[in-house]
Amino acid sequence: MRKTTVTLVTCKRIHAHYTALILINPMDQSMTTEFTPLMSLAGGMLIGLAAVLLMATNGRIAGISGILSRLLPPGVDSTGWMQGAAIVLGLLAAAPLYNLLGAGPIEQTITTGYWPLAAAGLLVGFGAAFGNGCTSGHGVCGISRLSMRSIVATVTFMITAAATVFVLRHVIGA
Amino acid sequence: MTIAAALLSGLVFGLGLIISGMANPAKVQNFLDIAGNWDPSLAFVMGGAIAVTLPGYKLLRQRSGPLFGERFAWPGKTELDGRLISGAAIFGIGWGLGGFCPGPALTALPVAATGTLFFVPAMLAGIVLAKIVARR
Repeated sequence: MRKTTVTLVTCKRIHAHYTALILINPMDQSMTTEFTPLMSLAGGMLIGLAAVLLMATNGRIAGISGILSRLLPPGVDSTGWMQGAAIVLGLLAAAPLYNLLGAGPIEQTITTGYWPLAAAGLLVGFGAAFGNGCTSGHGVCGISRLSMRSIVATVTFMITAAATVFVLRHVIGA
Repeated sequence: MTIAAALLSGLVFGLGLIISGMANPAKVQNFLDIAGNWDPSLAFVMGGAIAVTLPGYKLLRQRSGPLFGERFAWPGKTELDGRLISGAAIFGIGWGLGGFCPGPALTALPVAATGTLFFVPAMLAGIVLAKIVARR
């Protein structure tokens, strides 16, 4: 019981901190963020719960890029379309609901410019659809299935992502 | 029922992304920035998610099928091919550049940070492009 109370207090404190930290600063490349082990672990467990729920009820893998891919042409998945659209709708509704419950505002710091973000979106969409998965499909669901494909994919994108950030912040931005 | 379950799952997934801090690109990029302002939070997100999903999937594997759907759609591919590696590598470059992956980008969209209005349409275009290339 005591432990639960401590956790809640910590969460509240972090939220108060978040409220003071709503920044959208496109210039600051060295933005620091607070290490949030408890909230991140709790949020991660919710993501896991959602993945198990989707498999238990509908028999589907909670890979977001895969779900999006089946909603889009060419070769739209017409039988599972409504299901996929419902998952996307749920994802979209999460932030408004979170704010409505008074838990917000949600901290967002975007340090990348608009056109680099468009390029990033193109690479993320193409890469995830071409490699059959993203952080959720390979990183969470695939690793949880102990799939060698997903483990290799996750290690690969972690390396290229870290290398990209290194170049952006310490080579170009230095 | 499948629609309601899918909606609930998406909602819980999104709330998880928000609570974990992953809807904030700076937090993702700081996880990737080991040489700079390293923020290890993302490892806890993945750890927490896998700690629930791994035993959850293990239990489900003993069942014959899902509650509402027809069958469990477990992925069947096992070969490590060039498509997997190159796709993952390209995905990682975009992820590092923007700090967004597909789930958090969708969740962050209604927060209406202007960047997501550039990122999400480009991401959808990228998915369509990959499907066209993969069909050839």
